[in-house]
Amino acid sequence: MNHYEVTFIVDPVLSGDEIKATAQTYVDQLTNVGCTIVHVDEMGLRQLAYPINRRSSGIYYCVEVFNTSGEFLDNLELSLRRDERIMRFLTVRLDKYGVKYNEDKRNGLIGKRKKKSAEPAKEETSAPRAAREEAPAPKAVKEEAPVPEVVEEEIIITPIPEEPAAELTPDVEEIVAESTEAEEDESKD
Amino acid sequence: MANKDDIKFLSNPNIGQQHKKYCRFRKFGIKHIDYKDPDFLLQFVNEQGKILPRRITGNSLKYQRKVASAVKRARHLAMMPYVTDLLK
Repeated sequence: MNHYEVTFIVDPVLSGDEIKATAQTYVDQLTNVGCTIVHVDEMGLRQLAYPINRRSSGIYYCVEVFNTSGEFLDNLELSLRRDERIMRFLTVRLDKYGVKYNEDKRNGLIGKRKKKSAEPAKEETSAPRAAREEAPAPKAVKEEAPVPEVVEEEIIITPIPEEPAAELTPDVEEIVAESTEAEEDESKD
Repeated sequence: MANKDDIKFLSNPNIGQQHKKYCRFRKFGIKHIDYKDPDFLLQFVNEQGKILPRRITGNSLKYQRKVASAVKRARHLAMMPYVTDLLK
């Protein structure tokens, strides 16, 4: 009597049909084993935080499944592990809060999702959201610090090509002036 | 005698007060931490992608454990980096 969540990353080099077929094989496998598919979330192409098998992006799928026992997981994980098209996978048993969270997310009740889509019914989560924004506020201040540095670098970088030419000429002139002065001094002596 | 409003301080007494840390999960009733939401988990790691301690985030022990496992799952799925620099 558990909900399970199988997340896997499909190789992005495959063609669109192959990717869908890959995901479908595992959905079919799950149904054949006797699982009830709750939801198949196609998260799409995402940049990976670090390269896996020299790939820098991957197509994420997340399948939520309901089954009475977890015996099917061994076979599923074995086939996922053997499949070259799958770059990574993770199976997780959801607790009751996780099930509810996924349900709310599907219905668009989760605050973060709502912020992007700007849906109504904000009253319940408006307070937490405001607080969430308050909490990272000090971090935002920290974030600002690096930004000016980058700007400074840009400012510094741009004049460099111009400066040498501009600097050289006055230096040369000064040197010339000094040398003339020195010559004059010498001549005086 | 004098109300608190009547007293005039030379300096603003509210400046320099330390904010009491709190567990945001307990305060707002967040029960589940999604490992597929790296933007949210980014609040619990430092610039190098290390999990911040409880004394900084203010999480209760129960939810700090959940945060830690969610961050580790997100790392496994390459949604968050294991090691990095200038994450924020």
